[in-house]
Amino acid sequence: MTDTVGIVIVSHSKDIAKGTADMVRQMVGSEVKVAFCGGNPDGGLGTSVSLIIDAINNAWSTKGVAILVDLGGAETNSEMAVEMLEPARRDLVVVCNAPIVEGAVMAATEAAGGSSLAQVKAVAEELSAD
Amino acid sequence: MLDKADEQIFNGSVRLVHAVGMHARPAVKLTKLAKRFQAHISVRVAGAPDWINAKSVAKIMAMRAAHGSTIEIKASGSDAEAAVEALVNLIATDFSDEAS
Repeated sequence: MTDTVGIVIVSHSKDIAKGTADMVRQMVGSEVKVAFCGGNPDGGLGTSVSLIIDAINNAWSTKGVAILVDLGGAETNSEMAVEMLEPARRDLVVVCNAPIVEGAVMAATEAAGGSSLAQVKAVAEELSAD
Repeated sequence: MLDKADEQIFNGSVRLVHAVGMHARPAVKLTKLAKRFQAHISVRVAGAPDWINAKSVAKIMAMRAAHGSTIEIKASGSDAEAAVEALVNLIATDFSDEAS
């Protein structure tokens, strides 16, 4: 079986992140690795760079990882998490400009077919294109 | 590469029996199945002006085909005949897991 692009879901809310991951697993299936994180370490709303890095590691694939985010800080913290990866892995992780739930389902659907990271990102972003 | 002269187009048509029509879950299943084939595959609601790429999940979800509508499928490429057969079967069996 060929490797597929992994999906990371980053929300301010752990419940939203988990619910989105559940939707991806139920709708697309288990052939794509999905990891999620949400909330700050105190259990409140927020995002954490270290939790995002953990999620990237959990969803890691040699084909790369696509990250779906919700609001502002989720995006900037995800970008920071990517920058903190080893240089060799940095280019294999992208943050998608797409709505978190729809983007995650579409990205995972594309990933399940064995598509490249660039294709997965493009499909997720189709929704924000027009 | 494929010899264009040999490229035959296969067609299929099937009634959408899924209770809620072509919503998110069926759309994901159809797209995933379509991606297993090399063939270029297009679908449309019967009579619609535009054909939609069956491998584009965003476009398949957006087609909003209703329960009871007829879906037309066309495909070209090396495994086009099998692709049409598989997609017709998926839709006809109400997107059962066995068919996807």
